[in-house]
Amino acid sequence: MKVESSVRVEDKLYSNRYLVDVGRPHVKVRAHETPSRQLKALLKACPARCYELNDKGQVEITVDGCIECGTCRVIAEPGGDIEWNYPRGGYGVLFKFG
Amino acid sequence: MIDERFDAIVVGAGMAGNAAALTMARNGMKVLQLERGEYAGSKNVQGAILYADMMEKLIPEFREEAPLERHLVEQRFWMMDDKSHVGMHYRSDEFNEERPNRYTIIRAQFDKWFSSKVREAGAIVLYETTVTELARDDHGWVIGVRTDRRDGEIHADVVVLAEGVNGLLGTRAGLRERPTADKVALAVKEMHFLPRETIEARFNLQGDEGVVIEAAGTISRGMTGMGFIYANKECISLGIGCLVADFQRTGETPYGLLDQFKRHPSVAPLIVGSEVKEYSAHLIPEGGYKAIPQLYGEGWLVVGDAAQLNNAIHREGSNLAMTSGRIAAEAIVQLKSRRERMTARNLSLYKKMLDDSFVMKDLKKYKDLPTLMHTNSQSFFLTYPQLVSKAMQNVLRVDGTPKIEKEKATVKSFVKARSWTGLIGDAFRLARAWR
Repeated sequence: MKVESSVRVEDKLYSNRYLVDVGRPHVKVRAHETPSRQLKALLKACPARCYELNDKGQVEITVDGCIECGTCRVIAEPGGDIEWNYPRGGYGVLFKFG
Repeated sequence: MIDERFDAIVVGAGMAGNAAALTMARNGMKVLQLERGEYAGSKNVQGAILYADMMEKLIPEFREEAPLERHLVEQRFWMMDDKSHVGMHYRSDEFNEERPNRYTIIRAQFDKWFSSKVREAGAIVLYETTVTELARDDHGWVIGVRTDRRDGEIHADVVVLAEGVNGLLGTRAGLRERPTADKVALAVKEMHFLPRETIEARFNLQGDEGVVIEAAGTISRGMTGMGFIYANKECISLGIGCLVADFQRTGETPYGLLDQFKRHPSVAPLIVGSEVKEYSAHLIPEGGYKAIPQLYGEGWLVVGDAAQLNNAIHREGSNLAMTSGRIAAEAIVQLKSRRERMTARNLSLYKKMLDDSFVMKDLKKYKDLPTLMHTNSQSFFLTYPQLVSKAMQNVLRVDGTPKIEKEKATVKSFVKARSWTGLIGDAFRLARAWR
């Protein structure tokens, strides 16, 4: 697991094309005091590393780099930890190759 | 505002949706297809391999027009441990035929072309339009959709849900369950660009010949998973996927696995010096036959990944998608020509036709394998690959040890790791699930 810290996900996402729907995130994290186990799992399971811990130990999301796979939905939507939608038509990741 | 009424609305422009929309439009139906991406393909992710037989049934002359990468002449399967791989390769010049059987493709490009054929056939295709909800009447019948583009509803006799693995509409409307973490795999992929000649030299290819490498073993760190490497014309698709439940359980990261796979001594020389131009991720339905939901209802049908139609054992998905889309459309066309209503009872024709096709027959054949692979992932993805690698090295390294002792040591290593009952049990369970 030590090698992993050297993987820079933001560099990977940099090669992708996005049209960000500013101010209208398609995935939202429900307000919480301490994150559930499912929510914490997203810190590692999200392939775009959209989920991060803030200073208070709560899980936050920044959807700008989201590649719309749905992994967080499968893990954390059933318990109500997140609200998951598709971006509005035309917005979000725009795969050149797919 | 679209106030006209359609014979059918297709949600999604992937393989399944395009196959359905094309088939219905060609049969004179008034079809509206809705796609949330900027263009068809901009949200679609696959390895990707195209299966010609299923494509020919939709567009017989596709080879002359479609953006294809390489026709496959070779398949390599690698069982990997950390330093080695034991390979089984099959290559045949017979795959260099006039109408090759399998091609590598790049989905964003292929789907754009496929979508142009759907429009040519007469369907109305709206891009950049996300369907937000199914419209239903007082009895719960599906009568159309609502989108984020227009006020009000768009109505049709039948809605074909080709909305992909996440299938938000169907799950929200209670037509099927959301896929669970043990029934879907998360795969991440990178596109590695290299000069054409470099790819051909590294993979031993001539002209448009192509090769696929599939890899399993310690690269998934004991999780149920697989790596893949596909040679395209000027780039290499490289990725790895594991069950979401396994990622959740182990805390492994998808990009960590991908990085480790890329640095494996058998893989690194293939991609050295490449430029990565895209990083993508996608869920793959892995539940097999037992995970297939209700496929039809009052005014609706579900096709492709949304219906979990994926053969995880043979890594076939897009062909099941386009076949289910075509068959759904053919069932609808039949009903329409007989002027019958799109009731659940009538639409069960789709399920019947699908049952008679290779789609359901193949999925049924392997109905027990997904569970076996998942519950025994440590053995199949960690222990056995390590044992086989050691056994191979034992055979090949000439060091003066008598062969009889080498054989004994190999047998002993297997028994020590899995025990006789474990070995026989694994063989038995695998054989039974495969049969």
